[in-house]
Amino acid sequence: MQGAIWSIMHRDLLLAMRRRADVFTVLIFFVIVASLFPLGVGADPVLLRTIAPGVIWVSALLASMLGLNRMFASDHADGTLEQMLLSATPLGMITAAKVLSHWLVTGLPLVLIAPLLALQFDLSQQYFGVLTLSLLLGTPALSLIGAIGAALTLGLRGGGALLSLLVLPLYIPVLIIGAGLVEAASSGIDVTAYFLLLGAFLLVAAAFATWAVAVSLRISME
Amino acid sequence: MLEARGLECVRGERTLFSGLQVEVKPGELLRIAGPNGSGKTSLLRILCGLLAPAQGAVRWRGENIHTLREDFWREMVYIGHASAVKDDLTAAENLMVACSLQGTRVSWHSAGEALRSLGLAGCEDLPARVLSQGQRRRVVLARLRLSESLPLWILDEPFTALDVAAVEQMQETLSRHIARGAMVIYTTHQDARIDAAVSRRIDLGREDD
Repeated sequence: MQGAIWSIMHRDLLLAMRRRADVFTVLIFFVIVASLFPLGVGADPVLLRTIAPGVIWVSALLASMLGLNRMFASDHADGTLEQMLLSATPLGMITAAKVLSHWLVTGLPLVLIAPLLALQFDLSQQYFGVLTLSLLLGTPALSLIGAIGAALTLGLRGGGALLSLLVLPLYIPVLIIGAGLVEAASSGIDVTAYFLLLGAFLLVAAAFATWAVAVSLRISME
Repeated sequence: MLEARGLECVRGERTLFSGLQVEVKPGELLRIAGPNGSGKTSLLRILCGLLAPAQGAVRWRGENIHTLREDFWREMVYIGHASAVKDDLTAAENLMVACSLQGTRVSWHSAGEALRSLGLAGCEDLPARVLSQGQRRRVVLARLRLSESLPLWILDEPFTALDVAAVEQMQETLSRHIARGAMVIYTTHQDARIDAAVSRRIDLGREDD
């Protein structure tokens, strides 16, 4: 069973390596969207500092939407998904492995580059750690929730737009807690409660999403 | 053994078949025949558990496959129309992923050997993108070489895109598997010569027309 999990993760990372353009698209999208705001709202440092957490979080959220429809689409098209459904490894474990490798190639780079973008907003360096940590807890939850949408819209025409409509409302709690966390930190409030909430959200998403994805994938085959 | 009673399959508004009995015992070959659109692929998908029948149930050694799930899938190979071959992976990588999903651990060496035995020597490390249709099919079928210990093979049109020599080789592979006491269920539009002590046949879509 572990063999299958490793081999799925190894395969997905290998495929991402061989199609690097897809990975960079997400990252560059994130950088560009976050950079548009200082250009659009002007160079007032106080204003930029205030909007920084929100803007970086919303950009990360939009960027992580980009790669979602690719999560199962190619496996669905070439028949690999059938083999996954007939695997000796429980489907929930396979989806967990797929979501994790998806996050490693589309989520983790966003987390790592976020402090660099925060520089544009004149965010004080002491909050970089908090920002990175909040994204580190938040983006896996985004990938997990997004995976449900990706599985539900599998094989539908115009599934991309529908996917956004399905998933974006579910992203709202993560956005509120995540952006609120950085804001609270910069106004000197204790952020432990925020971290706990974000962590709890991630745990619930991990437990629930893998199951929901597995069920939706089975339905998509009918 | 695999058995199913009273199977009914409805696709869209059409009832493809109903009240269908299927029974395969160790060492038996089952061919599912019928014209295009008669429900051959749907029947195979029902038998392997990808599709839920509208009526009836499929049993493996007396137990419903929807309760057995992974315990059933561990013992079977399903090869469908879709190749499940990724363009960006090499032939050997594709084969190893397919085997590990199925639950068989395969070494690099034996994967290469299986590919060579299907006439893919020199293609092991080529990305599947550059392989021809027939060669891709061989990559898929190489899995059977590594699944000889599994008691049930379900094959949907295994001979498409293969040349005459490869078809003959596949037929031998299937004959040998049945001789080992395993079960093979397949569909084909070609004339297949597969040796089996008991060879059954189900014809779909005759009474409807």
